[in-house]
Amino acid sequence: MWKWFHQLASPPHYYRMAGAIIPWTGWPALLLIIIGAVGGLYLAPPDYQQGDAFRIIYVHVPSAWLSMFGYVVMATAAAIGLIWRMKLAHVAANAVAPLGASFTALALATGSIWGRPMWGTWWVWDARLTSELILLFLYFGYMALNRAFEDRKQGDRASAVLALVGVVNVPIIHYSVEWWNTLHQPATITKFGKPSITVDMLWPLLVMFLGFTLFFITVALQRARAETLERERRSAWVKEL
Amino acid sequence: MKATRALLRRDLLLAWRRVGDALNPLMFFTMVALVFPLAVTPEAAFMQKLAPGILWVAALLASLIGLGGLFTPDYLDGTLEQQALSPVPLGYIALLRVLSHWMVTGLPLVILTPVIAVPLGIPGQSLPAILLLLLPGTLAFSLLGAIGAALTVSLRSHGLLLPVLVLPLAVPVLIFGARGTLLAMGGDWPTGPLYMLAFLAALGASLGPLAMAGALRISLD
Repeated sequence: MWKWFHQLASPPHYYRMAGAIIPWTGWPALLLIIIGAVGGLYLAPPDYQQGDAFRIIYVHVPSAWLSMFGYVVMATAAAIGLIWRMKLAHVAANAVAPLGASFTALALATGSIWGRPMWGTWWVWDARLTSELILLFLYFGYMALNRAFEDRKQGDRASAVLALVGVVNVPIIHYSVEWWNTLHQPATITKFGKPSITVDMLWPLLVMFLGFTLFFITVALQRARAETLERERRSAWVKEL
Repeated sequence: MKATRALLRRDLLLAWRRVGDALNPLMFFTMVALVFPLAVTPEAAFMQKLAPGILWVAALLASLIGLGGLFTPDYLDGTLEQQALSPVPLGYIALLRVLSHWMVTGLPLVILTPVIAVPLGIPGQSLPAILLLLLPGTLAFSLLGAIGAALTVSLRSHGLLLPVLVLPLAVPVLIFGARGTLLAMGGDWPTGPLYMLAFLAALGASLGPLAMAGALRISLD
C-alpha cells in the first residue's frame, strides 16, 4: 500500500501510469456518452408534462454531479498535498479545478436553458442553482489564489488551504441557501415534475453519468500529465522523452 | 495568559496610535449604507424592504476591506516570523489579532448602526435584536476575512483578491444576518438566525485559527 503511494508520488511513474490508463477511460467514456445520447435523445419517451424539453437532464444532472465531485476531489487532493507535501497531489488539484469549474458553468448554463421553457425566465433564484453559482465562485477563488503567487509551491499550498476552508463551508452554504430560498418563494416552482422516473428515461441518465465521470477522469489525468511535464521540464526524464 | 494580555495590549495600542486607520472602515460602512438610498429611491416603504440587505452588505464589505492589511505590517517587519517561532501557537496569536481588530472596527460598527438605522427606516424597537445579530455576524465576517488576509499576506496586490476569496464563504453569514434583521423589523425575535450566527462565529473562532496559522506559515516559507 505505502509502496504504491510513494510510487504514485513520483512524476515519471505517474506520467507513464496515467498514459497507460487514459485509453481505458477515454474510449469507454466516448462510447458511453454516445450510447447515452442516443438513448436519451431518441429512445426515451417524451415527458408527459415537459415534452422534449426534459431531455436536457441528460447533460444537466451529470454536470451538476461532476461540479460537486470535482470540488471534493480537488479538496481531497489538496489535503493530501498539504499533509504529505506531495507535489503530484497539488498537480492533481490544479488539474481538476478548471475542469470542475467548467462543469459547474455547464450545469448553470443548462439549468438556465432548461429554466427558460419551464419557469419562463432564464434565471430563478432556485436553491440548487444558487448553490451551484456560489460553488463556481469558490472555484474561481481557488484558481485566482493559485495563480497569484510568484512561487508555484506557495501558490499550491495557499490555494490548498483555501480549498479545505471551502469544503468545510460548502454544506453550510448549501443549507443556508436552501433556508433562504424556502422563505423567499413558494416551493412549487422549484419542485419541477420529477416523479419516480421510468426505466426508459433512467437508463440513459445512468449511462450518461458513467460516461461523463469517465470523461472527467480522462481529462483530469491528461491535464495532470501535461502539468507534470511542464513543471518537470528541466528534469532529465522529461528531456529524454 | 501573560502572552494573551501582552498581545492584546500591543494590538490595541497600535490601533490607538493610528486611530485614523481604524476609522476608515467605519466611514466606508456609513457611506456605502447611505449611498444606496441615493441610487434607488427615498421612498420609505421601499427603503425598509431594502434596509437589511444594505446594512449587511455594507457591514460585510467594510469588514473585508478593513482586513486587507491585517497581517501585512507584521509580515513586512518580521514580527510575524518571530511570532511563528514563539512557544505560543501561531493560530492563537492570529485569533487574538483578529479579536483586537474586531474590537476597533467591528464593535464600533455595531455601535454606529443605530445612527444609520434612522435614515434607512429601520424601526427603533427592532434595534436591540439587530445589534445582537450584528455582534456575532461582524465577528464571523472578521474571522473569515482574516483567513483570506492570511492567505494573501505575502502578495503585493491583494486588494481585490481578498473579497474574491472570501465573499462566497461569507454567504451564509449574510443570509442569516439579513433574514434575521428582516424578522426583527417585522416585530419577531430572531432566535434561529441568532443561534446560526453564533454557531458560525464559534466555528470561525475554532477552525479559523488553524487555517490562518497554516496560511501564515506558507507565506513565511
